[in-house]
Amino acid sequence: MTSLPPPPKRKLGLVIDLDTCVGCHACVASCKEWNTQGYGAPLADLDAYGADPSGTFLNRIHSFEVTPPDAPPQIVHFPKSCLHCDDAPCVTVCPTGASYKRAEDGIVLVNESTCIGCGLCAWACPYGARELDGVEKVMKKCTLCVDRIYNETIPEEDRTPACVRTCPAGARHFGDLADPDSAVSQLVEDRGGFDLMPEMGTKPVNKYLPPRPKDQIDVLAPFLDPVTQDAKGFLGWLDRALDRL
Amino acid sequence: MHPAPSLILFTTFSGLGFGLLAVLGLGLNPATGLRAFILYGLGYGLAGGGLIASTFHLGHPERAWRALSQWRTSWLSREGVLSLATLACMAPHAASAVFLGQHLPVLGVIGGILSVLTVLATAMIYAQLKTVPRWHHWTTPAVFLSASFAGGMMLGGHLAIAGEALILLGLALIAHWYFGDRRLAETGHRPETATGLGRIGKVRLFERPHTGQNYLTREMVHVIGRKHAAKLRLFALAGASALPAIILLALPASYLLVALALVAHLTGMLTARWLFFAEAEHVVGLYYGRPA
Repeated sequence: MTSLPPPPKRKLGLVIDLDTCVGCHACVASCKEWNTQGYGAPLADLDAYGADPSGTFLNRIHSFEVTPPDAPPQIVHFPKSCLHCDDAPCVTVCPTGASYKRAEDGIVLVNESTCIGCGLCAWACPYGARELDGVEKVMKKCTLCVDRIYNETIPEEDRTPACVRTCPAGARHFGDLADPDSAVSQLVEDRGGFDLMPEMGTKPVNKYLPPRPKDQIDVLAPFLDPVTQDAKGFLGWLDRALDRL
Repeated sequence: MHPAPSLILFTTFSGLGFGLLAVLGLGLNPATGLRAFILYGLGYGLAGGGLIASTFHLGHPERAWRALSQWRTSWLSREGVLSLATLACMAPHAASAVFLGQHLPVLGVIGGILSVLTVLATAMIYAQLKTVPRWHHWTTPAVFLSASFAGGMMLGGHLAIAGEALILLGLALIAHWYFGDRRLAETGHRPETATGLGRIGKVRLFERPHTGQNYLTREMVHVIGRKHAAKLRLFALAGASALPAIILLALPASYLLVALALVAHLTGMLTARWLFFAEAEHVVGLYYGRPA
């Protein structure tokens, strides 16, 4: 049913730290690796070794250049996947009920056997979190690795989304964002986590932690002043001699 | 957006077809017998043909029937339900008019209202999308409804009303373009809000996530035909509205001239619909280095 459920008691989601993400794309590779072999249709690659390769991915890393008014530009690597919105427009537009939000943990999923591949949900998503698979012709999206997080056949430390498990920088965190005492909620509170495009009214569950302010070089500036301008002795003589040339 | 031919044909022809069915259902054309057969056949052909064309863009057309289930929340589902309800409701009315020479006004009026609602639902599929500010505006249903109204009146033989409706369509198109060109700036979506990095400074895409294309860039970040947009708009306006309006309002009525007006109107509407899709700027473009 494409009506949204009442607000779930648990809201599982990701907290992504834009300060520590190094843009290595390891999460992209591990996401594709896990999600192409387990839950649902595999993630297709088209023309993989040809002139115009393209493929389906559930997680992609953009890189932005941000220029503060009074400092040099900085690069921010920007992972983006489904934000599992509370008010998910992709769910309500679905004509078949294939797109749904789980009442128990807020995860947004697609039932691939009833998806007609109309693409309207991808159009309704402001974040570009959904891609129609080029081979299976059904809508693919982040499942929050629903087949890992509750999976009792794998070691406990692996019961977290593949992207979180693999991130070498510890830039991705997984947890219950409805619980104010959870580690992820604490992170969001301490670091001022924010929503993407809040003006869209989608109320995303996933949060982003802003890059920490860069060190100000001015703190050290007094110690970096050039040493004395009027040199004496040999250096003074050399200075004057070179001036005269 | 990538302007899919199936969607352009579907929205244009089914809009026209449901416009004609609305005119017939509401009893504005008292045709019976052979005349009714041709008119209802045309209405069903255009509306039904458009609906069939619409399934061509689906990944799984064989599951299209499932789209009838979610009418509570989904405009696409509502459109499916309303269109089938219209066709079902108008069938006995049409059969009675053709074979018995008798109209069934109650069924006809219900079918006529359902026709109008179907066209509205089609428009709302696009107008509901906040992610495409150009579409998320009252001018979207205004264009769809006025095009359907004008086309239906033209086919239904009310040439004077059709002429005036065509002027209304022209105004709706102009309003859609005028407001559409300003919508994105008005809504305030920028790379700074999309990334939340505006708190630090000015945001510019440094590197895309991938070197090739993907579904999103092909479908939504697609830029096509914007170079000739101004010329195409004039062509669409002249064809869809001005030329047929002049023919219908100023020239003596004849089958040849009405046919000419209809061809001009359809050519213009197909161009306008192509522009409607081609000019759509999806906000996901903000993540891909496009102004959207």
